[in-house]
Amino acid sequence: MPNETLIRGPVYVLEDNIDTDLLIPACYLNLVPTIPEEYRKLGSYALAGLPGTFPKFASNPDGTTPYPIVIGGRNFGCGSSREHAPIALGAAGAKAVVAESYARIFFRNSVATGEIFPLESEKRLCGEFKTGDLAEVDIAKSTVTRLSDGAVFALKPVGAVAPVIAAGGMFAYAREIGMIKK
Amino acid sequence: MTITEKILARESGAKIVSPGDNIWVNAGMLLTHDVCGPGTIGIFHREFGKDAKVFDREKIVILPDHYIFTADEKAHRNVDTLRAFVKEQGLPYFYDPGTASYCGVCHVAMPELGHVRPGETIFGTDSHTCTHGALGAFSTGIGNTDAGFIMGTGKLLIKVPPTLRFVLDGELPPYLSAKDLILHIIGDIGVDGATYCAMEFTGSAIDALSIEERFTICNMAVEAGAKNGIIAPDLKTLAYVKSRTQKPFEPLYSDPDAKFAAERRYDVSKLEPVVAKPHLPDNKALARACRDVRIDQVYIGSCTGGKLEDFVMAAKIMKGRKVAVRTLLVPATRQVEKGLDETKIGGQSLRQIFEAAGVEPIAPPSCAACLGGPVDTFGRTKGNEVVVSTTNRNFIGRMGSKESQIYLASPYTAAASALTGHITDPRDI
Repeated sequence: MPNETLIRGPVYVLEDNIDTDLLIPACYLNLVPTIPEEYRKLGSYALAGLPGTFPKFASNPDGTTPYPIVIGGRNFGCGSSREHAPIALGAAGAKAVVAESYARIFFRNSVATGEIFPLESEKRLCGEFKTGDLAEVDIAKSTVTRLSDGAVFALKPVGAVAPVIAAGGMFAYAREIGMIKK
Repeated sequence: MTITEKILARESGAKIVSPGDNIWVNAGMLLTHDVCGPGTIGIFHREFGKDAKVFDREKIVILPDHYIFTADEKAHRNVDTLRAFVKEQGLPYFYDPGTASYCGVCHVAMPELGHVRPGETIFGTDSHTCTHGALGAFSTGIGNTDAGFIMGTGKLLIKVPPTLRFVLDGELPPYLSAKDLILHIIGDIGVDGATYCAMEFTGSAIDALSIEERFTICNMAVEAGAKNGIIAPDLKTLAYVKSRTQKPFEPLYSDPDAKFAAERRYDVSKLEPVVAKPHLPDNKALARACRDVRIDQVYIGSCTGGKLEDFVMAAKIMKGRKVAVRTLLVPATRQVEKGLDETKIGGQSLRQIFEAAGVEPIAPPSCAACLGGPVDTFGRTKGNEVVVSTTNRNFIGRMGSKESQIYLASPYTAAASALTGHITDPRDI
């Protein structure tokens, strides 16, 4: 789990119903995330399924992304249970997704892996940011700030999964509560 | 409690559970395949140690099905990873490609093999694991991390979903199928209309559906965002399951006073054939309103639309006629493939009917082009093809090319469209 509570940098703005085929097209599912070299490759293909009208997400020369924050609309991560989806975002170097709502498997996989913070915004933010705008996500305060003018937008409380997120993922949480051996 | 709540209560050792409760649930079965199995195994070994043993060898099923008939080296390496793990752990339920035990698409093979039993919990590393709720099981898709966790512990922390009830009554007209019913429902509630909910399907029209058609309904519950789809077991269910497994099971049913978060009712006799237009499964339109959509390809296959009855429906339409566009058939499993030869309509086998209609050579069973896959995958789109498909998702790039357009349809509508070269209501044939 990215353990920063303050995430600052340019945002990458998406829309409603960003599905798992957009996040990581199936032709890259031959890569196994637990193999370090293939984990990095998955990062370089994050959001490779988007139409050409979108700028490349993992556009750094080393295959990572200059965008630590992804802004989405409703039903972010719908579709497949492929854990490659949150992993690709995390492996690319993204730290948080801020969306209006999530498809449940993507949300769960984000929390379980600790690859990325799946944060919910109180209102729709797709129109409040353009790709490249600087923002700051404050997880402790549940806010996202548009740095150009200081506008602050509220995030919803994390809720029941907060202990799992705080622990850093499913295994860390299960060890903390004594469900599996340390 | 609803059937979903009762299964989760029993498998968590609680007397009563309510929607929103976070509970540790026992895994009755864990399913994985070639795309998510290697990563799951990697997590299992990383977290539990290289000498770790799985929680219960009898409760793990490995059905490689995604990238089988490809020259892709990593795809072959991934199946080898599964083979090595099966050997290391001594797992009895592995269906190895290239051997007589190979089955094909996991969600069609799981129930065929008797691995799905009413009242049990099934977790699988594939979103369409919700299919198995059609036999009255709680069945849901999970990621590699949760699957690795189950492999070591046999348990998973889950949130009890609220249940939405869908009551389908009336007589299903001969030109409609279960695919039309679920496309209607998803079109009405939207791709996030059931997010985090259980979808329970009931009513006289559900009772009248065959087991295979019930699979089609529950299979697409995830396309509305649901955690699981479920249908109470009846005599058909019990006969189907008992003919496939000796293992004991205890079905559960919703209580008469069960609380549902919402209810929707349908009279199926009044519905018409529909398609889901690009690029979301809720983009519903009447098939007859899409007559001007010219198509390049028809695809009949997958866990949603590649079962034997799907091919029977397609054959009824194609018998004695010729297809006008490239028509690709991919039986979901070896058993379905066998059924193409053994099932006859008017003295002709389904295979003979399809061959006489001029379809492409029938492909061996696998997920094939339903999800694109490696570049040499059978039926993968390459350009701006317009496809009518019996599969479950029409996302951008889903079948390979970002430029292609996918219309989801029933086997009747897909077959009718293959004959005319444009989207066609089966009543017009």
